[in-house]
Amino acid sequence: MHVVILGNGISGITAARFLRKLGDHQITVVSSETEFFYSRTALMYIYMGHMRFEDTKPYEDWFWKKNRINLRNAHIQSIDFSGKKLIPASGESISYDKLILATGSASNKFGWSGQDLQRVHGLYSYQDLEAMEKYSAGLKRAVIVGGGLIGIEMAEMFHSRHIPVTMLVREKNYWNNVLPAEESRMVSRHILEHGIDLRLSEELKEIHDNGQGEACAITTKSGAKIDCGFVGLTAGVHPNIHFLKDDALEIDRGILVDKNLQTNLEDVYAIGDCAQQREPLPGRRSIEAIWYTGRMMGETVAHNIMGNPTAYDPGIWFNSAKFLDIEYQVYGQAPNRLPDEMDTLYWEHSDGKASIRINYHKYQGQVLGFNLMGIRYRHEVCEKWIRDKRPVEEVLQDLGLANFDPEFFEEYEEKMIELYNQKTGKKLQLKSKRGLSKVLSFLKT
Amino acid sequence: MHILEKLGLSLFLIAMVIFTLSLGMDSYTLTESSLDVGNRFHQKAIMAASSEIGLLEEPVKSKFQFIRQLNKAIILAQEDLAYGNLPGGIESEWDYRLGDWKIKDYVLAIVKASGDGLVSKNKGTFFLLTIGLAILGGLLFILPTFNLIPGIKNNRIYHSPMMRGLQVKGRTILIIGTVIGVLIYGLVYMNGNFIWPLVTIAVIGVIYYLVWIRSGEKESGVPRSASPNMTAWVGVLTGIYLIGFYVLLYWNPEFITPWITIADPVSELINGGPASRWFLYGLLYTIIVLVMGIRMIAKYRHNQYQVIRTSSVMFFQTCFAFLIPEILGVLNKPQFDFKNIWPLNYSFFFDWNIDQLISSGGLGVFMLVWGILLVIIGVPLFTYFFGKRWYCSWVCGCGGLAETLGDPYRQLSDKSLRAWKYERYIIHGVLVFAVLMTGLVLTSYFTGNSRVIGFDSNNVRTWYGFLIGSAFAGIVGTGFYPLMGNRVWCRFGCPLAAYLGLVQRFKSRFRITVNGSQCISCGNCSTYCEMGIDVRHYAQRGQDVVRASCVGCGICAAVCPRGVLRLENASGDIEERTTQLRSIHISENDVRLLE
Repeated sequence: MHVVILGNGISGITAARFLRKLGDHQITVVSSETEFFYSRTALMYIYMGHMRFEDTKPYEDWFWKKNRINLRNAHIQSIDFSGKKLIPASGESISYDKLILATGSASNKFGWSGQDLQRVHGLYSYQDLEAMEKYSAGLKRAVIVGGGLIGIEMAEMFHSRHIPVTMLVREKNYWNNVLPAEESRMVSRHILEHGIDLRLSEELKEIHDNGQGEACAITTKSGAKIDCGFVGLTAGVHPNIHFLKDDALEIDRGILVDKNLQTNLEDVYAIGDCAQQREPLPGRRSIEAIWYTGRMMGETVAHNIMGNPTAYDPGIWFNSAKFLDIEYQVYGQAPNRLPDEMDTLYWEHSDGKASIRINYHKYQGQVLGFNLMGIRYRHEVCEKWIRDKRPVEEVLQDLGLANFDPEFFEEYEEKMIELYNQKTGKKLQLKSKRGLSKVLSFLKT
Repeated sequence: MHILEKLGLSLFLIAMVIFTLSLGMDSYTLTESSLDVGNRFHQKAIMAASSEIGLLEEPVKSKFQFIRQLNKAIILAQEDLAYGNLPGGIESEWDYRLGDWKIKDYVLAIVKASGDGLVSKNKGTFFLLTIGLAILGGLLFILPTFNLIPGIKNNRIYHSPMMRGLQVKGRTILIIGTVIGVLIYGLVYMNGNFIWPLVTIAVIGVIYYLVWIRSGEKESGVPRSASPNMTAWVGVLTGIYLIGFYVLLYWNPEFITPWITIADPVSELINGGPASRWFLYGLLYTIIVLVMGIRMIAKYRHNQYQVIRTSSVMFFQTCFAFLIPEILGVLNKPQFDFKNIWPLNYSFFFDWNIDQLISSGGLGVFMLVWGILLVIIGVPLFTYFFGKRWYCSWVCGCGGLAETLGDPYRQLSDKSLRAWKYERYIIHGVLVFAVLMTGLVLTSYFTGNSRVIGFDSNNVRTWYGFLIGSAFAGIVGTGFYPLMGNRVWCRFGCPLAAYLGLVQRFKSRFRITVNGSQCISCGNCSTYCEMGIDVRHYAQRGQDVVRASCVGCGICAAVCPRGVLRLENASGDIEERTTQLRSIHISENDVRLLE
């Protein structure tokens, strides 16, 4: 059997690796982006000079041949689903028995005037990085449109090369449609502290052409005109499926898949950013363009193709990011606005760069989520507490189990308990401090 | 670049230029007082010979000419003392005849004492203009870092002609060139005895065969860690400068007597006498660890682990490696470095060291016992509890230099599987060599016979000292910082690291745990692992890391943008967690741990 995977990002590559682990099918991964798999999340580090492209490849180049995973460099223009083959822009078509679509995302463009000019780019692919590199020479200012995770990455990239950056953020505070208010304000402060020109409640109106098809300035909705030699479009992403329209494949915003990640067509699956769940799991979005979910889908689809029907279940929500110098981790529910039945315990360090938030059920008391800024918590422990619906008071007393900060770092678990005691008048005390041995025995309970 | 950085760099470069030029600024005059070599027969004979060839009391501008003339005079003197009966009152011929090994000592001492030019007359000024100015420049360069917002600052490292490393080709040429150079020099060093250089070539050949051909690395193509299309030319020049420094320091110290002279004022302050070349080396080493340690602390001041660890290596270098031995010297006791452990301290079991310690009374015997206890109890015990980091990145001098001076180059270590294969053969090979060499030397010590099972233990230990002690640890160990990363010696060569590593791998609580599924495979951890461990390989599978080579510097955890790695001391479930895949999150009931 020949399994063809379209896309060599984390989803497609995880699928290929697990297919190889589980069986002996012929596997071909098709991509026109790069010859070998690299970590998309590390693109920023190449630009900033932390790493070279080579360093972002999680596997050495010999890995693919050794594991009999064929890599085919081709740009697919369309897919003949009835004839079961992929039609590339040039060269021979590629036949498949089973097809996995892992085509990823493309940057959003909301019909702004000038959005297709040169010097206007998102940051998603290796080619985007090359464009950023090319236009950085002599660049006097960059404007970034959109305040999500990619926007702040792009800002950090330019900032690392001392290129002035203006960031237009539609929201009142950075990413406050996801982050709770306090954390959102913390990041906004931090962005300003770095000398980045952060403009909140501000949107792009149009991008100006310098007469040679290149962006030279922008105007905001409030009427400000900003000269710039680069416009970064980072207002989110959408499934990269434009070449699949008008086909037999059922598509909404993304490629529709069932819980086994199968599309409406037999032998065709979709995973990662481009897949849209027909019936999203409770509390989850139908499209989640996230590294971790892509990886889980890749693994799940491999099981399904190997005749081992497995429902996609990403488990308890988790994510992480880094906003300039502030690390961010989230486990479980940490919504930007508290629902009625949710209570929260929020502590912030006096330096304003670290915080812990624990959400719990107002009436039943079980812990629901953790939101960490500048502090590391242990995934397995948080997940177990949430999954087992442990009462927040037990969690607080054992909070040391979750601490994943390096040795000698200050521990803030006591602060959380103090806060809770103040709030409730109780007299809880910390029982478990940081330490792996206790964690390991806790995980076995 | 900040104005202070520019100023600091300029001052540092000026200091380095003066430092380098100072080697040629002295002139030399051989006088009776500069000939004070400790043995009156030798002194008389050398004086007579130098008078004969017109060297005595004649200022010589060129150091090369002076050394050539001096060598000529000493050889003449040696011939004079070579034959005939011993004069009355002399019992041992060693007190009378002038042996080859004595000549090396004398040349250095005489050249240093004969210097009477600009540098020798202005020691203090030159100290300030070279070492002093370099310290000032370095500190000014570092200062603005304290003003940055704390956080990981690796910006533009790979844009830097100093820190971005070499192409595979360039690296290969430098390695082969160095090996050939060392072997040729070794032939001279061993007085033409070619057995040991030949044995070394054979061992290199075997390792090359095992890695390159037998395990199929030939097929692997370019290793991932090699730089594809750029070369750090400033780094290469720095490396060559460092290599040159070590070649002169170890093997031709008579050419760097002005540097030793410059260190005289400090030496007089600390121990009341003039500087020796080892004082100069210790002084420079300590200053570099301190200044670059401040840089390390500035860079990682948001990270308590790094701050404390760096302070620790700065403390152990300053006190244990430098000051305590100096003070012991003043007190006429053996200049013992209490933290230098065999087999890194390969001469610990040499006859002269044992004899010296035993003859130094209670303190000496304590030193001997202390050294032995460190090897047989200290290493296994501490490594069991804390991993090899307790030594390699907290205490050790080589580690101290690597973690301070070497920090800007940590990303240059080779992370390929091939490099790991080389590493295991070479470092364990050195450990075996160290153990065998010490065994032979000790057997000779107890039997009084230098020949042991057909080997001359003196030759073996001379070759070990040359090849491993000097060439590998010094020249390659430090000179290759900008070429192959800051832990080349620690990773490929140090026999103590090999020993610590075996304990860490098989019987230790130390490991790096991985935080569930948070890894994004970005590769910062692998890139900044100075030991060339592909940390990401473990992190993205959710496997805890236990590797013999890990020195526990903690930088992987520090540079991780997602909070994935943590250094821990706990043995629970270590077997399971270091072998099984754990970053799996498909539905709980369906979790299959896949082989």
